[in-house]
Amino acid sequence: MTKNKMRLVVIGNGMAGIRTIEELLKMSPDEFDITVFGAEPQPNYNRILLSPVLSGEMKFQDTVLNDWSWYEENNITLHAGKVVNKIDRQRCMVETATGLAVPYDRLLIATGSNPIMLPIPGINLPGVLAYRSIDDVEKMLTAARDNNGTKKRAVVIGGGLLGLEAANGLSLQGMEVSVVHLCDWPMERQLDQVGGGLLKKELEKRGLKFYLSRQTEAILGETEVTGLRFKDGEEIPADLVIMAAGIRPNIDLAKSAGIYCERGIVVNDTMQTYDPKIYSVGECVQHRKQTYGLVAPLFEQAKVAANHLAEYGRMRYEGSSVSTKLKVTGIDLFSAGDFNPGPDDEELLLQDAARGVYKKLVLRDNKLRGAVMYGDTVDGPWYFQMMRDGTDITEMREHILFGQAHLGDSGRGGAASVANMPDSAEICGCNGVCKGAIVKTILDKKLFTLEEVRAHTKASSSCGSCTGLVEAILANTVGGDYSAKPSKKPMCSCTELTHEEVREAIAKHSLKSLPELMQTLGWKTPDGCHSCRPALNYYLLSASPGEYQDDSRSRFINERVHANIQKDGSYSVVPRIWGGVTSPSELRAIADIAEKYKVPTVKITGGQRIDLLGVSKENLPKMWGDLVKAGFVSGHAYGKSLRTVKTCVGSEWCRFGTQDSTGLGIKVEKMTWGSWTPHKFKIAVSGCPRNCAEATIKDFGVVCVDSGYEIHVGGNGGIKVRVTDFLCKVASEAEVLEYCGAFMQLYREEAHYLDRTAPWIERVGLAYVKQRVVEDAAGRAELYARFLESQKYSQDDPWKERAEGKDAHEYAALATI
Amino acid sequence: MNGYLQVNSPFGKLRANGLYAAMQKRKMRMNWTQIGNLEDIPRQGSRVVNTAAGEIALFRSVDDQVFALDNRCPHKGGPLSQGIVHGKRVTCPLHSWVIELESGNAVEPDVGCAHRHEVRVAHGVVFLEVRAEV
Repeated sequence: MTKNKMRLVVIGNGMAGIRTIEELLKMSPDEFDITVFGAEPQPNYNRILLSPVLSGEMKFQDTVLNDWSWYEENNITLHAGKVVNKIDRQRCMVETATGLAVPYDRLLIATGSNPIMLPIPGINLPGVLAYRSIDDVEKMLTAARDNNGTKKRAVVIGGGLLGLEAANGLSLQGMEVSVVHLCDWPMERQLDQVGGGLLKKELEKRGLKFYLSRQTEAILGETEVTGLRFKDGEEIPADLVIMAAGIRPNIDLAKSAGIYCERGIVVNDTMQTYDPKIYSVGECVQHRKQTYGLVAPLFEQAKVAANHLAEYGRMRYEGSSVSTKLKVTGIDLFSAGDFNPGPDDEELLLQDAARGVYKKLVLRDNKLRGAVMYGDTVDGPWYFQMMRDGTDITEMREHILFGQAHLGDSGRGGAASVANMPDSAEICGCNGVCKGAIVKTILDKKLFTLEEVRAHTKASSSCGSCTGLVEAILANTVGGDYSAKPSKKPMCSCTELTHEEVREAIAKHSLKSLPELMQTLGWKTPDGCHSCRPALNYYLLSASPGEYQDDSRSRFINERVHANIQKDGSYSVVPRIWGGVTSPSELRAIADIAEKYKVPTVKITGGQRIDLLGVSKENLPKMWGDLVKAGFVSGHAYGKSLRTVKTCVGSEWCRFGTQDSTGLGIKVEKMTWGSWTPHKFKIAVSGCPRNCAEATIKDFGVVCVDSGYEIHVGGNGGIKVRVTDFLCKVASEAEVLEYCGAFMQLYREEAHYLDRTAPWIERVGLAYVKQRVVEDAAGRAELYARFLESQKYSQDDPWKERAEGKDAHEYAALATI
Repeated sequence: MNGYLQVNSPFGKLRANGLYAAMQKRKMRMNWTQIGNLEDIPRQGSRVVNTAAGEIALFRSVDDQVFALDNRCPHKGGPLSQGIVHGKRVTCPLHSWVIELESGNAVEPDVGCAHRHEVRVAHGVVFLEVRAEV
């Protein structure tokens, strides 16, 4: 069966164009016959790595992203080194200067940008180069090597990102390099004056010479470059002049075809130009008045364009926020957002001249608007993330400048710069991955994103506490613009929708089942994946308690069989012991059952319960039957659910106790047990401020005082210890119960699946939680009522049900042969 | 499966030429063992068959195809039968490696393979082949 395929022609064999094709092939590999035109004679290479090639740290071969065989394997016709000079929109053809004409059904323009060549005398002299392509780099390298024993002099016009990278590279190649710049300090678009000054000082130490606040009037020379003259009349000698005064979208071809252009080719949110058959991506594009010169936005655009070319019609490009990093080895510099404070903005500054560290954060309404960092950029990705998420930073104002404290939990906090870490430094403690292995994998496999690094190295893929470090290494290795994540983060690769969007859609369309949800929201996979299914199952369950039919196939094994899987495939059993208070007869029953089933290890847990480890799956229902007979219910030690309520002995025995903390803890546990939550949920009640139950590192903690009960929320131990925030003080046990139910319900209804309360509160802000749970009394009562309503359906003991035969197939082999 | 004989094996392609003949050519002895009913395996789920050579996990995909792999993840031996089944893949419950049910191969970039077994479903009855090379 032959189907006439659509013909897609791509003009531009660079990163944006080819990335779009890659995305398209992933989505619908057989939709198009693809033809690519590239002006350069090379296959697609990584333009961002030109600087390391120039400085001699990399070879061109290392920068190739798609070699010739990639085009062949994907049946792509490549015309490398052929320039398209006409688009005939009536006949839907593109034509090259050499007379080649190719018809298209869809056209993708990815012509990128051109360096700005200043209109000054001498600009066409031999020895004047741009810094844009591998060809330019090779010419520079030739010029640098061809030195006849004397040091050659290079002048770089433009002290921006590109200019400084070029200058640094040429200097490393043994040239004497000067930088001419219009402004008072280098990289003024990315740095403020102080940061720029530090950078200049460091580069001068490395041998660069700066001519600042200077304008070039003419390039001197008869047959080749000999020097440069400034407006003020001063002349300096030069053997090589590099133009790095900026880039300009390359729109000539589109313009000549009558496609609407302003500064760039104007596209809508689907990356479509004014001609519906023609799409455009990359640096040539103008979207919502913005043009972009960094990689992360191009990749986002490529994804959207591919989605629409494949006629999925689902995604929109809504602009990108970008961060920058200078790729000069040994200089750590990061900037993002708007770092020049306006009249309504606040400025936080940290200067440490001895360490060579400078940080500036710009705030408006307690949200980060911009950041400049020099010398210590480890926290750059963290600031950038908070900037994009619009995180309320009120709570961390005092320490935000000092960075993300948890990086210190494995003794790594002192390492200000990942660049200075030795290759042997362990980055990911969970998976034992060191810095050298990550760097090597990034380079060998040509990785772009955190997700790819996770997949290939496993670093940061387990507990996630080293994510900041891995991002910093990624940024250091291949440039900061790579590590930037899309501004909108989909739940998983099965959808483009975020957690919030999915939850909203569930409410809006009153979705009641997984297949219905996946169909309505256009899931890309037939039945989701291990990441989205448990999340969706939880969202549906929390949206329609009592009505939604829990899907056990979408539960992680522990929740499916109501026990904790261990490394050898056996299970652990933790009976609920209310408030941690037990009795000789209960202990005797547990002891008898442990002996009867030959439990190899009996252990007291951190949550004041007893853990019976090493139980085979077949024995679980029988063992539960015995436990149920002795009066126990499931301890839910295996679930994203209420775990335990830890208590101290309180006023009943303790000479310091102010209230009956054990009694209150038991009441709280009786109310909350069995509830499913986005992640595990732990509670503690302490009888006095000595806080023996450690209530201030729990999701919900109560500290009894003489005059009542202090309520604390959002704490946890674990990977990143977080002390609770004080929520409010109440006078009675009844109020503790109400606030507890209301807080849990707010968390249940609004947090992302697998967010503990700590990151959730950090995202939405304590002020928001206070407003909903403390200030809005009517709202609190409603939350509490909804919590109690959903609890009506969740307090059937799952162990009892299974001891009586429910889901028997989960615990027995199908056959023995 | 409406009386349709589904053969989930490389020999499936050769069925037109005769499955039995193909197997003869490979000099193998067939030993199909009746395991149970399709209905005994939950959709998007798995059941285990105990054999002398260890546990074999039988998986049933959302579209009722059945696959059989050793119940051991190539990574650290996790019981694959306890994982979440999605599409034609299962995710190991221990460290979330994703294994292709058809081949037993780990999804890239992880590398490894869980040994696969021939399985067929006829008239709603599941047969497993316990193979012995001659």
